[in-house]
Parts: sequence; structure tokens; C-alpha cells
Amino acid sequence: MTKEKILEIKNLKQHFGSPSSPIKAVDGISFDVYKGETLGLVGESGCGKSTTGRSIIRLYDITDGEIIFKGQNVHGKKSKEEVKAFNREMQMIFQDPYASLNPRMTAGEIIAEGFTIHGLYKNKKERQMKIYELLEAVGLNREHANRYAHEFSGGQRQRIGIARALSLDPSFIIADEPISALDVSIQAQVVNLLKQLQKERGLTYLFIAHDLSMVKYISDRIAVMYRGKILEIGRADDIYHHPVHPYTKSLLSAIPLPDPLSEKRRTRIPYEHTEVPDSATYYEVDEEHFVYGTESLVTEWAKARTK
Amino acid sequence: METRKKVVEVKDLRINFKTYAGLVQAVRGVNFELYEGETLAIVGESGSGKSVTSNALMKLIPQPPGIYASGEILFDGKDLVKLTEKQMTKIRGNDIAMIFQDPMTSLNPTMKVGRQITEVILQHRSMPKAEAKQKAIQLIDQVGIPFPEKRYNQYPHEFSGGMRQRIVIAIALAADPKLLIADEPTTALDVTIQAQILELMKEIQKTSKTSIIFITHDLGVVANVADRVAVMYAGQIVEYGTVNDIFYNPKHPYTWGLLGSMPDLDNDAEELLHTIPGSPPDLTHPPKGDAFAARNEFAMAIDYEQEPPMFQVSDTHFAKTWLLHPDAPDVAIPEIVAKRIRTFAEKEAQYND
Repeated sequence: MTKEKILEIKNLKQHFGSPSSPIKAVDGISFDVYKGETLGLVGESGCGKSTTGRSIIRLYDITDGEIIFKGQNVHGKKSKEEVKAFNREMQMIFQDPYASLNPRMTAGEIIAEGFTIHGLYKNKKERQMKIYELLEAVGLNREHANRYAHEFSGGQRQRIGIARALSLDPSFIIADEPISALDVSIQAQVVNLLKQLQKERGLTYLFIAHDLSMVKYISDRIAVMYRGKILEIGRADDIYHHPVHPYTKSLLSAIPLPDPLSEKRRTRIPYEHTEVPDSATYYEVDEEHFVYGTESLVTEWAKARTK
Repeated sequence: METRKKVVEVKDLRINFKTYAGLVQAVRGVNFELYEGETLAIVGESGSGKSVTSNALMKLIPQPPGIYASGEILFDGKDLVKLTEKQMTKIRGNDIAMIFQDPMTSLNPTMKVGRQITEVILQHRSMPKAEAKQKAIQLIDQVGIPFPEKRYNQYPHEFSGGMRQRIVIAIALAADPKLLIADEPTTALDVTIQAQILELMKEIQKTSKTSIIFITHDLGVVANVADRVAVMYAGQIVEYGTVNDIFYNPKHPYTWGLLGSMPDLDNDAEELLHTIPGSPPDLTHPPKGDAFAARNEFAMAIDYEQEPPMFQVSDTHFAKTWLLHPDAPDVAIPEIVAKRIRTFAEKEAQYND
């Protein structure tokens, strides 16, 4: 089974601030995203996971490296037309459903804004039908098209955000903490919706979050990020059940589970960061399971891991 | 366990808010009690009344628009609802202290953290300033911050989020409170930091016998810290019991929904999460009957007519649902929740072997 690469990130660097003392938000990461999968990107706040997402979708000009989407360089010089074509293919869902919707536009206008920009569905009736179709696809109904953002609950707003992201029929969606601001029962609704839409439309997701149990649930593969670097990447089950990097182990040991008996005897594994030399790179410890470090360190970690 | 001292007893607490849209019944008859050295977790979604309940204990509900419509809050036998603001000031921070969600906003950015701690100590105890400083440094040390003498003279912006929350805890502990109310104290923090803060709170509780009311929407955190759990929905406690009662033998369909909507690490990615359809009711006009009926797949005709009473499941376990009535049909707990409980039991058995 050969998997088709939809996105390739090669040595991506995103530095902020002055060139003399840059803040290295993303410091040389490489990974691939395959068509139709969900790649979860996890890490603590400030580790660079959101920056990675925003760099991929061209919200930042990258410092170094290459982002190749469907064979084309994302950050290369592009004409207006090329940029538009790219924007149709890749869309984003944001964290805060309160801040990401324009309060002066109705849900219908928010969803249709992309149509205006890209000159689609110029026929009014056709456009209306498309808006209805999108609203229904995300579990809202037609009457909602004429309402303003403040008339919706948090979960419903996030559904509008999803409908907007879907409006141009993208193939790749970056979801930046799409459920963090929602209540538990609503989180499950939105996650189920994302899964269902993926199945129906063959979407590929980059799912950025800090809630590890939700990421495990939604992702096929997971990348663990820390201080601007991806430390470990692999299949979701492998990362959770056979973590290799000490940071991943520490992170996993901190997740509280809804099981009081096991919680009572939980021992958190503290993490002490060891600087790795510049020669550090990715080593494959298992099939599709890569760990960042020097050869000797990775061998040592791989030996010590819990089977 | 008869010698346990009751610290708080809340009886039929009702709190309303006057708004332009009408009277919002935010808390609709809440009863619970808390013993010395115990942790009670109040779980619920936003708008369920959990924060209003905890603020009410501190008498932090602004009046107007808030109204204490009925009920008693007995703290050490005294009814806090009847106290004047002046009497309350003596209790606040002294006997009852509170930790808020956001450590970024609950500290004063223009004041050194050391002074923010001594301020509380000097407010409630008369002692020389030098002694208060010593106590503050000792507290900073106790909450696990290295170099307490140096940290004493720093401003909040020089601390990370987790460290700030530790300072907030130090302030809360400054006057040796009998009751600590923690309103989502770890929601704004990363998981690793959250785990550290929870460890710290449990450790402090062990040494000081403080009772804790822990408000959260994260069931994982509840499983970690709580002795007993109260699940709130639409301004009422719908299920109440020990942490094992709630997690291994839940009786209320809302609790099933909450447990089912949270994935655990063994969830099969192919199956959808169990969700609670719809959204919580508008508390300006609470629905007739059971407030959860409209979202409850097991709702019966009576749920729309009459509010269920608290049914007793065991000595420690209560639930407010008609499903527990002897005449109600047997409803099996959703498979996804049942399966998870079985897996936990299996793991437990493995561990004990």
C-alpha cells in the first residue's frame, strides 16, 4: 500500500524577532502528511505547534526550509491566481469560535465570503443552495443562514467556522485547537462531525491540540513537538503505547484519565531536557516511527522503553 | 468515620440573577456537605451553575443583580448567607480562600509577589512585618518554587504560568484556610504543569487537613483529585457520590453522556464518541420537569411533567433521575461507557495480580 504524500515539510524554520537574537519558534522540522489521514500535532503552549500550522498555510513568511503541497512549493513566488488556487485547496479552522467570526456578518455571509472572493456561484439562487448545503453538512439548518454570530452557542459557532473552511471544497484542513474552547459534551459533537466530514469528503487534517486524549482519538499519526522541534512522530497507537522519547513519556504520564483507581497510583515522569548536538537527526525505531536525537541516545531510549 | 468534622453544609441554595431578559435561575436548590480534609469536585459544563455555587460560598455574588433567593450555607455552624459584608471580610481569605482559573489575571501585575503574600498574612494576623516576610518566603518554598528569597522580590511577569498559579496557591494558603475553593485552577495550564499543580494541592491537603472544593469540567482531573463528586446540570446537582460511585457505577444519563463524550487512550478510532445532543436549557425559563429531559435519549413521559427527586442508590450515592424509580423500565448504560468501565476493571484486576 503506497500512501500519497499531500504535504511535505522539509527543514522548516520560523524565527521571530531580530536576526541577531531570534526566537526560534519552529527550528528545523520535517514531516510528511499523507492524503486522507489525520496528523495530530501535540505539545505544550509555546512549543511552536500553532506557528507550524500558520506557516504551512502562508500566514507567515517562513525563515527557511520548504513546504511542498501537492508537488508545489507553498512559499514560492506566486501570482494572485496561484495564491487563490492554493487558498481553495487549504483552509483553516481556528480555536476561538468567538473571535474568528465577524460579528457584523450573518452566518450565510460568513460562509459565502469565499465565493465572492473566488467568483464562484454567481447565480444568487445557486449560491443560496450551496450555503444551505454547507449548513446542513455541519449539522445546522437553513434558518441559521440569516442569524448573526452572537445568536449562536460556542459549539454552533465552531460549526459555522467548519462550514466556512469547507465552502471552497479544500482537500487539506488545518484545525488549530478547534475544540479547546468548547464544553466536553460539545467537544465530542465537533470531533464526531470532523471525523464524519473526513470520511464523506476524503479530507486530510492537520489537527493541532494540547488535549492528548482527544488527539489520540482523532489522529492516525501523531507528532510530538517541544521547543520548536518535533521529537517523535509515528502512528497514534505506537506513540501512546510504545513511546520512545523521554519527553513523550513524560507528557503521556501527565494525562489525567477518567479512572479514579489508576489515578490514585499515577506517577508522573518528570522530564529533564538534554540538549542534543546539531548532528541530531531522525532515527526510525519502528516502522513509520521516528525519534529525534543522536544515534546513541535513540538506541538507549529505544532499549529503555516499555514494551 | 463518625468523628469526621463537617466543615460546610449547603442546604437548598437558590441563586437568581436579575437581567433585562428576565430572572435567571442560576442555582436551583443545591445541597451538599464537605468534611475536614476532604475534596469535593463539582463537575459540569459552562452555565451549569458550578462557579456561581462556589462564588456564593465566598459571598462573591454581586447583589444586585444577584439574589440569594433561599437556602443556607453553614460554615462551622454559622450561616454565611446572613452575615454582613463586614463579618464576611473576616472569613474571606482567612477561613475560606479561593484559587481562580487564570493566574495571569488574579495577581496584581504592579506589585511584587512577596508583598501580595504578606498583604494577606498581615490582613488576618497581627505580626511584625519581618515575621510575615519569613512566613511568605516559607510559603513560596512550600509551593515548590526554587530560590524563594529571590522570587519574593520579583513581579508576576517574571513567572511562568505554572509558577504564577503556585504563587496564587501560596496566597490562598497564607492564612491557613479551613476551606479552599479552586475554580478550574488548572484549565489554563499545560498537562505537565497541571499534573504538578494537582500533586502540590494534594500534598498540601495531606499536611494541613484543608477541605477543598474543586470545580472543573475535566473528568480526568476529577478522577485524580476528588474523594466525592457532584455532577451539576442546569443549576442543580443531578448526581452525587464518591468518586468510585460516579466513575464505575454512574446512574444519571447526563453523567453517562459526560463519561462517554471523553475519549480515553484505548478508544477505538473507528467508533464515534457518545455525545449529548443539543445544548443546555435557558435558565430564565427552566423547563418543566427534568431539565435534562430534552437531551436525554431515555426520557420518559414523566420527565416532561414532574421534576425527579434525589433517589438514593447507596449510602453515599444519589442521583436525580426518574430512571431510578422502581416503576421505571430497566435502561442499560450506553455500551461505550459500560465497555470502558469493564476495561478499567480488567486493568485493575491485572494490577492486583
